[in-house]
Amino acid sequence: MDTSKVANSNTTTAATPAKPSRAAAAATWADERLGIASMAKKNLRKVFPDHWSFMLGEIALWSFVVLLLTGVFLTLWFTPSMGEVQYNGTYEQLRGVHMSEAFASTLRISFDVRGGLLMRQMHHWAAMLFVASMMVHLLRVFFTGAYRKPRELNWVIGSLLLLLGTLEGFTGYSLPDDLLSGTGIRAADGFIKASPVVGTYMSFFLFGGEFPGESIIPRLYTIHVLLIPGLLLALIAAHMLLLVYHKHTQWPGPGRTEKNVVGFPMLPVYAAKAGGFFFIVFGVTALLGGLLSINPVWKYGPYDPSKVTAGSQPDWYMGWPDGALRIMPGLETHIWGYTISWNVMLPILVLPLLMFTILMLLPFIDAWITGDKREHHLLERPRNAPTRTALMVALMTMYGLFWIAGGNDIIAIKLHSSINQITYFLRMAVFVGPVIAFLITRRWCIALQRKDNETLLHGYETGIIMRSPEGGYTERHLPLPESRAYTLTARERDPSINGGPEGTDANGIPAPDAGRLAGFRHRVRTLWYADNVQKPTVAELEEGHHHAEHEHELQEGVEGHAADGHQFDGHHLVEDETLGRH
Amino acid sequence: MIIAGLLLTGGIFTAVVNTTAQADSTSSNEELVAQGRDLFLVSCSFCHGQNGEGIRSENGNQIGPPLVGVGAAAVDFQVGTGRMPLAQPGAQDQVKPVAFDDDEIAALAAYVASLGPGPAIPDESDYSIEGLSDKEREAAISRGGQIFLTNCTACHNFQGSGGAMPHGGKAPSLSETSPRHIYEAMLTGPGQMDSFSNGNLSPDEKRDVIAYLVSLRDMPEYGGFGLGGLGPVVEGLAAWLVGLGLLVGAAVWIAAHTTRTSKKKVDA
Repeated sequence: MDTSKVANSNTTTAATPAKPSRAAAAATWADERLGIASMAKKNLRKVFPDHWSFMLGEIALWSFVVLLLTGVFLTLWFTPSMGEVQYNGTYEQLRGVHMSEAFASTLRISFDVRGGLLMRQMHHWAAMLFVASMMVHLLRVFFTGAYRKPRELNWVIGSLLLLLGTLEGFTGYSLPDDLLSGTGIRAADGFIKASPVVGTYMSFFLFGGEFPGESIIPRLYTIHVLLIPGLLLALIAAHMLLLVYHKHTQWPGPGRTEKNVVGFPMLPVYAAKAGGFFFIVFGVTALLGGLLSINPVWKYGPYDPSKVTAGSQPDWYMGWPDGALRIMPGLETHIWGYTISWNVMLPILVLPLLMFTILMLLPFIDAWITGDKREHHLLERPRNAPTRTALMVALMTMYGLFWIAGGNDIIAIKLHSSINQITYFLRMAVFVGPVIAFLITRRWCIALQRKDNETLLHGYETGIIMRSPEGGYTERHLPLPESRAYTLTARERDPSINGGPEGTDANGIPAPDAGRLAGFRHRVRTLWYADNVQKPTVAELEEGHHHAEHEHELQEGVEGHAADGHQFDGHHLVEDETLGRH
Repeated sequence: MIIAGLLLTGGIFTAVVNTTAQADSTSSNEELVAQGRDLFLVSCSFCHGQNGEGIRSENGNQIGPPLVGVGAAAVDFQVGTGRMPLAQPGAQDQVKPVAFDDDEIAALAAYVASLGPGPAIPDESDYSIEGLSDKEREAAISRGGQIFLTNCTACHNFQGSGGAMPHGGKAPSLSETSPRHIYEAMLTGPGQMDSFSNGNLSPDEKRDVIAYLVSLRDMPEYGGFGLGGLGPVVEGLAAWLVGLGLLVGAAVWIAAHTTRTSKKKVDA
């Protein structure tokens, strides 16, 4: 037996403890001064469940780290100034051209600073991935019901992160003061001016006078490198502290309850996995930054209000309001010499605010409709909340159609179609598309619920084809493994919709919270759960298993008389014969 | 004067463009015009009229515009890029394989030029910066870039990748267009394009625009693969499909591989 790991002696001489390693000595030194051992002991062993979809938020976190690293690099050379200079740098095509210091320093970073262009491109790609991963993370959280109590506030924080990330992106790509970003600021100026009454004042306030002025780039710079990153950091910290406090949600399964978390500890498993994932995110960003050109500002040239380029689009996360703006019919009202530009105000100011408010309120709307005030730590499969899943798919469809509208010119030239026809189609599709998507998704979810029940009650399809003595063919079904059946049935039944339409229960007694909205809530709740398939009851399951066993007997056993297969084709009489039951 | 100009045009053309056809280079302009008229009657007159006067339909729509005064440059552009003869009328004249050889295009151009005075086919010296010193070339390119960004990018995109026009029309990509055809397009304003007369953009300025466009072609892609030079839409697509695709794939991969150890358990 090898005892060397435990003691250095098994004989008469006393065992001496091994000299502590350097790492242990350092840890002891730190612990005696900082008291981190007890904190670390608890948190380093903190358990997280293992599923790929739980790592989508991590992509956002790590791309934020890449953004901080590359962003700091860029600030070392970027000059946030609109002072006019004549360019005399390396890029020949612009030599001698007058431009702002901001644009000149961007060119300098791109062409004269070693690694500068790579850093610029990594920063830009990481920004695109930051917002994109936040969105897919949001979708995962919504589709699995992870936003339910107690995590509603973390949902709100996440939504704010998405909004701030978008604004951070906008202020960032506006900084180089190239033709595209200048056009974007020009558009933003127009949006601000479209606000009724205060629009022009707000624009003058933001730009420090008439557009473009000389203040906007320094101001955006401060917002981009100080204000929003600070807010982002604080909110990310809050988001993650709440994650630790609430503990991570998990998929239902054997041994997994609302009161535990089944998974692997932080150290060594998640430290390695998450740490490794950071390097993967960094690597993918570096790969994109090194291989794919993004925002080639030298081709856009310096901003000049008299110039514009075809294909002027914002970055993708601002693309959907841009799309709404592109397909909005030109409605304007003139009152007492003032113009109210509905054509700008509705798609750019009202719609995003409305969508964002709906997004933040989703957990509360859900809780209000379902009346569910319990804590939830087990996730729901998207199919088991058909209306919720369909709602988000409808919103996604709308978002996607607005996206298409934002790229209508690129689609028109690449698919050789008419930009007018695309616009007319989308004007209708943004309203009809989400409805169709909602209906299809809802029925799809319900069909999947039925399929789950079918498998639970009648077993799974084995692929074994049985031929009965009569010549009939059936596929043999076998019961699900216990663990799989447990997982499928771990979900809750939908609450039964008690009560009448006027906020009374089945016996006509008014519900205690019956307010003016009780009737409305009852109708919405009825629609919310309508047609959902409930998991089978114990009795149904037993009957199903019994039926299945009976079927196996039929399939496996010989039925007493052999059939020649000619009973039913007119070769002889069938009066005494019965068809095999299947 | 006009006849002298036409003679000169034809002469320059046969000397410059038509160098391979030695037999034709000796033929006089009249022969070229006659040859062009024969081709015109067969291939163009159905829409443009037998004398290039243009044809209107009964309700007043223009089937083919009159060609009097459009000049040889317009013919060289329209036929030389395969736009004419038109396959079908529509919002956008499609670029197709060129239907005529160089001699035939020259003959057609000479014939249309004979209908009325118009811009001639430019000489290579008009759009080439070969004769300039290095410093002058650099200045020409950067000046051309600014002219391009002021006058052309609104439709043709910042690097000439093309853009959409109403009702299915488009400002085509300039990445493959020959310098001569770009010059002719600026002179004659084909389709929905404005014409940039010499009073508007001087010949030198036109030359500079072409020099800038050519310099973009010769320039390395500093940032890597250019994604078609179409701006943020394609960049967003790449971020979602390539970037996020790789990262979600990595997440799946990480989650699918859990702890393993090759250490033996120590008995103690």
